[in-house]
Amino acid sequence: MIRFHEVHKRYPTGREALNNVSFTVERGELAFLTGPSGAGKSSILRLIALIDRPSRGQVFVHDQNTAAIKARAIPQFRRQIGIVFQDHKLLHDRSIADNVALPLIIAGIARREIDKRVRAALDQVGLLGREKSRPLELSTGEQQRVGIARAVVAKPPLLIADEPTGNLDPALALEIMRLFKRFNDVGVTVVIATHDLHLVDEFRARRIVLGAGRVALEADGLPSRLP
Amino acid sequence: MKAYLLRHVQTLFGACGRLAAQPIASVMTMGVIAIAIALPLTLYVLLQNAQSAAAGWSAAFEISVYLDKAATGARAEAIAATLRGREDVVAVRVISPAAALAEFREYSGLGAALDALPVNPLPTTLIVTPSVAASTTQRLAALHSAIAALPDVAGVELDTEWVERLLAILALLRRVVLVTGGLLGAGVILIVGNTIRLDILNRRAEIEVVKLVGGSDGFARRPFLYTGLFYGIGGGIAAIGLVGLATAFIATPVARVASLYGSHFEFAGLEWSSAAQVLLLAGALGWAGSWIAASQHIRGINPS
Repeated sequence: MIRFHEVHKRYPTGREALNNVSFTVERGELAFLTGPSGAGKSSILRLIALIDRPSRGQVFVHDQNTAAIKARAIPQFRRQIGIVFQDHKLLHDRSIADNVALPLIIAGIARREIDKRVRAALDQVGLLGREKSRPLELSTGEQQRVGIARAVVAKPPLLIADEPTGNLDPALALEIMRLFKRFNDVGVTVVIATHDLHLVDEFRARRIVLGAGRVALEADGLPSRLP
Repeated sequence: MKAYLLRHVQTLFGACGRLAAQPIASVMTMGVIAIAIALPLTLYVLLQNAQSAAAGWSAAFEISVYLDKAATGARAEAIAATLRGREDVVAVRVISPAAALAEFREYSGLGAALDALPVNPLPTTLIVTPSVAASTTQRLAALHSAIAALPDVAGVELDTEWVERLLAILALLRRVVLVTGGLLGAGVILIVGNTIRLDILNRRAEIEVVKLVGGSDGFARRPFLYTGLFYGIGGGIAAIGLVGLATAFIATPVARVASLYGSHFEFAGLEWSSAAQVLLLAGALGWAGSWIAASQHIRGINPS
């Protein structure tokens, strides 16, 4: 599903964010990208979502070399990926339902179908009934769940999340992680960047540990203490 | 296809709603556009009226035909009958030498001096009135030479110079209207473009989110295009209103001037068809302005 092959990323500022990174995430896997701040977790997610291009090396997503994807084809490519952000990136002047519906509107889905799928997605994240609310009327944890609903509403085969629990207390963070696990259980490939190792220990999942722009350690899932 | 149209309608209402959310800013932008359109449009209306007035004047024009002194009254009537047969002539009046002298005596005030003349020096004169259709410069010239070629015609007098000057001035004014219209039209594009540019910068975060969830540049651009269209149409409607006020303001003094000259000339406002064209053009200018700005700036906004 995702394959990095000797990827280097140097930003225009001269910062070397990734230095010869190679790893693979198989279809249907749940993988955590961990490591301290600045280790290159976000850079990897940005390369997957084609927000940036690698300076050297190849990035394959959906078995496709992303170097072959032209700027004009990026929107279509991104529709195959659900992205969750630490700061949610919700549109504050629109209702929860409209926020979640955005990917479907972009994909050109019929209105009636949109309503149905928005309600299904909000139900999955436990926010059914809040369609009419505005993002700022919700708690941070709830806003994050709206962001997740928006990421999964178009049923993308790949879900990536950048520090999705960064602003949440431990209980809420665990709840959000379990939500990602549930999507993984139904076959969605999930890649989560997080620095919270305690949280990662709760799950049986691949771990790609980064340090200073390199893959420091790759570990297969530990037996989880929670189902 | 239906879903596509529906989405456009939704975007349209969304753009409408955003304009309504900032009424003062929207109205001010439309006001600037309205003034930019109203200026050349008022000139255009004035020009149209000048042209219809000028058409009235050249139709009233007459041609004086002087016959040879030797031509008899019967010959004059024969020539008059020939001229009346022409389709570009509506009337021919025959003035005998005696009648001409009597008229001259009456208007010139030279009564006693004329009595001193041994013979009547005036020829028989035909006053030819061309038809309205034949009152163009070229057709009058053609009629002029046709009459001059007739036997027994000594001279033809047609003073078209002032008509030609007037028509030349009107043609010049038409160019002026086109130039100001073109310049101010470009101004409307720039005004809308700049307004949309600021709007895009204000909604940068939203555009980034749209792009992150797979929206194309075209998708992100769409609401701005509708906003530009609304600016244009709103400005166009206001411009038509302004021109309506201006014509109402001018019409009364024009009617007064016309009546002093014994004319029933009425000042005509903007026609419905022209108003519709103005709306269409204003909408197109707004669309074009927003298209230029949105295409340029949305491409530059990328998720970071």
